[in-house]
Amino acid sequence: MLSLTCPVCGVTAEETEFHGGGEAHLKRFGPGATDDDFEGYLFMRENPRGVHFERWRHAYGCGKWFHAARCTTTLQVFGTYAAQTYEPPKDICEKISGERPGWSWRLFK
Amino acid sequence: MSTRLVKGGRLLNRQKAMNFTFNGKQLRGCEGDTLASALLANDQMLVGRSFKYHRPRGVVASGAEEPNGLVNLGAEGKFEPNQRVTTTELFEGLSAQSQNHWPSLEFDVGAINSRLSRFLPAGFYYKMFIHPRPLWKHVYEPIIRHSAGLGRAPKARDVDTYEHYHFFCDVMVIGGGVAGLQAAKAAAQTGAKVLLVEQSAHWGGRAPVDGGSIDGAPVENFVEQTVAELQSMPNVTMRNRLMGAGVYDHGYVLGYEQLRDHCPEKPGPRQRLWRIRASHIVTATGAIERPLSFAGNDIPGVLLASAVRDYVVNYGVSAGDRTVVVTNNDDAYLTAFSLKDAGLSVPVIIDARVQAVDSPVMEQAKALGIRVMMGHAIASVKGSKRVTGVAICSQAGAGAVLEEIACDAVAMSGGWSPVVHLWSHCGGKLVWDVAQAHFRPDVDKAPTGADGQPFVTAAGAANGSLLLGDALGDGDQAGKLAASAAGYKVKQTACPVAESLEDAPMSPVWLMPQGAGIELRSKAWLDYQNDVKVSDVQLAAQEGFESVEHAKRYTTLGMATDQGKLSNINGLATLAGSLNTTIPQVGTTTFRPPYTPISMGAIAGEARGEVFQPLRRTPMHDWHDANGAHWEPVGHWRRPYCYQRAGESVNDAVMRETKNARENLGLLDASTLGKLIVKGPDAGKFLDMLYTNMMSTLKPGKCRYGLMCSENGFLIDDGVVARIDEDTFLCHTTTGGAERIHGHMEEWLQTEWWDWQVYVANVTEQYAQVAVVGPNARKALEKLGGMDVSKEALGFMEWADGELGGFKVRVYRISFSGELSYEIAVDAGQGQAFWDALMVVDHDLGVMPYGTEALHILRAEKGFIMIGDETDGTVIPQDLGLHWAISKKKEDFLGKRAQERSHMADPERWKLVGLETLSGSVLPDGAYALGDGENANGQKNMIGRVTSSYYSPNLEKGIAMGLVLHGPDRMGEVIEFPGTNGATYKARIVDPVFYDKEGEKGNV
Amino acid sequence: MSDPVTALDGAVSDAGIATITEVPLQGMITLRGDLSTTAVKNAATGVAAVDMPGQGEANCVENRGICWMSPDEMLVLCPYETVAANIELMQKTLSDAHALAVNVSDARASFRVGGGRAREVIAKLCPVDLSPDAFKPGMFRRTRMAQVPAAFWMRDEDSFQIICFRSQAQYVFDLLTVAAQPGSEVNL
Repeated sequence: MLSLTCPVCGVTAEETEFHGGGEAHLKRFGPGATDDDFEGYLFMRENPRGVHFERWRHAYGCGKWFHAARCTTTLQVFGTYAAQTYEPPKDICEKISGERPGWSWRLFK
Repeated sequence: MSTRLVKGGRLLNRQKAMNFTFNGKQLRGCEGDTLASALLANDQMLVGRSFKYHRPRGVVASGAEEPNGLVNLGAEGKFEPNQRVTTTELFEGLSAQSQNHWPSLEFDVGAINSRLSRFLPAGFYYKMFIHPRPLWKHVYEPIIRHSAGLGRAPKARDVDTYEHYHFFCDVMVIGGGVAGLQAAKAAAQTGAKVLLVEQSAHWGGRAPVDGGSIDGAPVENFVEQTVAELQSMPNVTMRNRLMGAGVYDHGYVLGYEQLRDHCPEKPGPRQRLWRIRASHIVTATGAIERPLSFAGNDIPGVLLASAVRDYVVNYGVSAGDRTVVVTNNDDAYLTAFSLKDAGLSVPVIIDARVQAVDSPVMEQAKALGIRVMMGHAIASVKGSKRVTGVAICSQAGAGAVLEEIACDAVAMSGGWSPVVHLWSHCGGKLVWDVAQAHFRPDVDKAPTGADGQPFVTAAGAANGSLLLGDALGDGDQAGKLAASAAGYKVKQTACPVAESLEDAPMSPVWLMPQGAGIELRSKAWLDYQNDVKVSDVQLAAQEGFESVEHAKRYTTLGMATDQGKLSNINGLATLAGSLNTTIPQVGTTTFRPPYTPISMGAIAGEARGEVFQPLRRTPMHDWHDANGAHWEPVGHWRRPYCYQRAGESVNDAVMRETKNARENLGLLDASTLGKLIVKGPDAGKFLDMLYTNMMSTLKPGKCRYGLMCSENGFLIDDGVVARIDEDTFLCHTTTGGAERIHGHMEEWLQTEWWDWQVYVANVTEQYAQVAVVGPNARKALEKLGGMDVSKEALGFMEWADGELGGFKVRVYRISFSGELSYEIAVDAGQGQAFWDALMVVDHDLGVMPYGTEALHILRAEKGFIMIGDETDGTVIPQDLGLHWAISKKKEDFLGKRAQERSHMADPERWKLVGLETLSGSVLPDGAYALGDGENANGQKNMIGRVTSSYYSPNLEKGIAMGLVLHGPDRMGEVIEFPGTNGATYKARIVDPVFYDKEGEKGNV
Repeated sequence: MSDPVTALDGAVSDAGIATITEVPLQGMITLRGDLSTTAVKNAATGVAAVDMPGQGEANCVENRGICWMSPDEMLVLCPYETVAANIELMQKTLSDAHALAVNVSDARASFRVGGGRAREVIAKLCPVDLSPDAFKPGMFRRTRMAQVPAAFWMRDEDSFQIICFRSQAQYVFDLLTVAAQPGSEVNL
């Protein structure tokens, strides 16, 4: 069972306090979007073996959403950060580069 | 004969006798006994029958690895099957029954299987029972089910209680032997918070039995001193009878504490499941001795050498008067010494090794006058329900008998395997140690935690350090490493030094004698509990089950309740031998938690009985309960389905309530409906995105019904929105929807539109809400008095704050029944009082509460949809004819883009209609309508299904709603719904509004 | 108007290793807003008469106090009968600041768990480190209590106050009673 630190309230808690919310950094496509864009937004998800960015909600705690950078094979957590962002923060990307040189995920490297 | 010795038994309190029964027989043991030692003290070597061949089984081990001694323990509410006699502490009045035999342990009919064993090899069941197919279900399976299986399933409700406990520490040490004790001490000296757990009732592990000295004093002194020292340290928590059951991700450990198993008469929870988070874990879980594979190695009286020693030293019990020791290593010699020391006879030590020079223990054996036969082996064990002797041969040969020696016990040792289970649970890898012929933890491939760093360190015998001195030093290092990994500064402290004799190297022996023919191999057992022999594993390899995981499943090796603690390595070696490869190449099967079985009760913890599940109760719950409520679960809520009166059926009650609400006055407890306050300058804009219709144009004081869709276009919730003031709305959700829709709102606000100025609060439970429904609704409120509820003052779809009967209320004039209806919210703390006031307002008004089923019928009569009935996660509002509630003006709302997809706009989508059977009967809910032709799978084409179906007492006929292909264009057509009872229901497609189409009843 | 009641009418359970008592009517106001602004701070402190708590803290004295719920939410405690007036006062203080103040007094149930083993009882139900080093008076924790959400803080070294949803009051009371059953001391 994972242990995560909520960057919003600062609490480190076990997974049962949280609710997973799937992939992070999705860009919403609404009316006017092409079928392909809309399909990509709604259905197409990364399923990496390794570095992944995902959404979590501290459901039993402060109730806030946040993002986590995590390795899906070793479950190492590179960091958690605010949900109000379009890309992972630089320090977390650098940390991942230190641990997993040459990583890439969607547009991020 | 196994018996109680006059002397010895370091764990016994001989002053305190304890009575117990085994298969109804009255027996006596001592305080400190395990059930196994007490049985042996009473010469009860035979303790059960094996799973497949029903062979007689005796105690073979002295700890958690025991495969044979499984019993049904206790009776009635305390009954539990498959309890190991070796880990069951004796208590006064214990009652045990042996398992897996019929009619009795001594005489078992199923033992015929054993005679037939050459016809029942591995894979027999798979091969034999596959044809003809029908026989499996009707003949083979029932017979096999009757004869197979271990203990009985409990029938009575468990009378014990269980609980969980959450614990956090820097370093957790699993195992209280000398390595664990030293590790805990070394870690604790740094100031780290340490938890030390030991599965048995005693500290020190094997060392006090095996002897040796530490810093010049006996091992016991070290154990005593270290325990005392640890107990005095405020940063150390020590627990006996607490097994480290499993190691999981990010330093999570489950600990299984047995609080009352040894003293069931004391009050309190029987077991406690510890849910532990540790920064670093030391597994000092010891090692398990391996059996040797020789013919008849399963005959009662053949025990592990270490077990024989344990019984003598710890419990003052001899497994036999004359014990033959058979070994491939020096350790088993200690057993011979213990036996000699107790005055028992050891006719011979059969040592499979060929040694150039005697090791110190060999010299000692000879000095004690024990005959030592080097390079020899057991060809076979004599006896059936009890060992009577052994036939001796050369280890090098094929088993030609050189000599027979009478004995009544055999102590065997095939070497030691570290308990690597907990190391491996979370991904720790193993290496094959050639010198000691076992797998041990690969320190370079430890399990890694949240920070990517190793979080488990193995210590002592569990790490392959089998000798006392090595184990101590290893424990010391592990403790320091663990504390350092947890962030503590390690001080240089000296580790105690142990002296132990120089061991001669062990020599791997996987079959005895090495050239044993099939006759012997098919009597050489690997897995005692599941009856897997050397020949079975060889057969599996021959038949192509070469992967260890396949061979395991084909033979069932290691799949019994002991999970192969004794059998796995011998099985792997046998498989490797058959495949002409090496053991590390064959690899191991996966170690999975728990280490030994833990009870379901402990896993459930407190969640049973009243607190099995959180029931949510409205403020009027107790009133409902006292007034005949027939409860319906709605999510975790309990809502009255109806209120049954004396002599009335549930259906009678529903009909009465449904009619009364239309004719007089009905009260519904609507407190469970979600109520969300949405406030802020952008609240209107936000709700416009969430609802399919326009909410921002709603005027304060007004209400509007709204639909919510997911981004995928599907309907997820509905409800009435009231605008409280310019920037405040109150959104009603469905009963099951409050938390879900609150979360939905927060998700969009926090993760997409985080710059919008909106706050949401869930005030669902702040209010008790009562729907006052029916032609007399207004009269009732007027009787209560306090505010104007006239048509003029409070029109349909309006709300107002005010007072009724002295209660501060908010009144919504909304209707889910088509009747004149008010939903009245009052502070929850006054909900019951308000309900009471309504119930007695005026008997002439015909007030009567109604439940959820009447609510359903009333709404269905009006053709109102219900989320979860008309919707199932694949239905869009357009399917339900709710176009009027979908804004065309709005550029965007959640689900809009999705609803533009071709499939969503497909005219072939099933659409909502009303359905009436031609006979007036009730359509089966969920029935499908058949169309012409068949689909690609040869199934009949479906053209619709029933989504809601009721008998309407107001219309006196069955009414239904359904989704039907081209439904709205087919008014008046008759379609057919086959029922599950063979009947076919003919139904006419009609308008879904069955009652008061003009809406006059509510418009008063 | 009749006298308002709590969910369990002041239930008490004291047969076990801790005493569980339902807290009498307690005024509670959810205040959401930008906690860094003076208006919002003053709205909270003006009603509770205590200082603003820091992240993860609660400042409570008797039946007044402020609990930190999240970076944009406080739970303000005040006497039950003063809630309506206090919300009005808050609105005045907030003026035109974007904020939300609502009465949630009746939406909650509250319990006190007292006695030397209170920590043990809570630790049986919540996945939280409740050792004296880790959880101290002044701290506030929202978490999971068995199967439902709950929040708690310590009133003093030996007692906790728990807040849960009103509809789950019976469940939480029963849970605490089971967790405090006689003979269930953890004895750390």
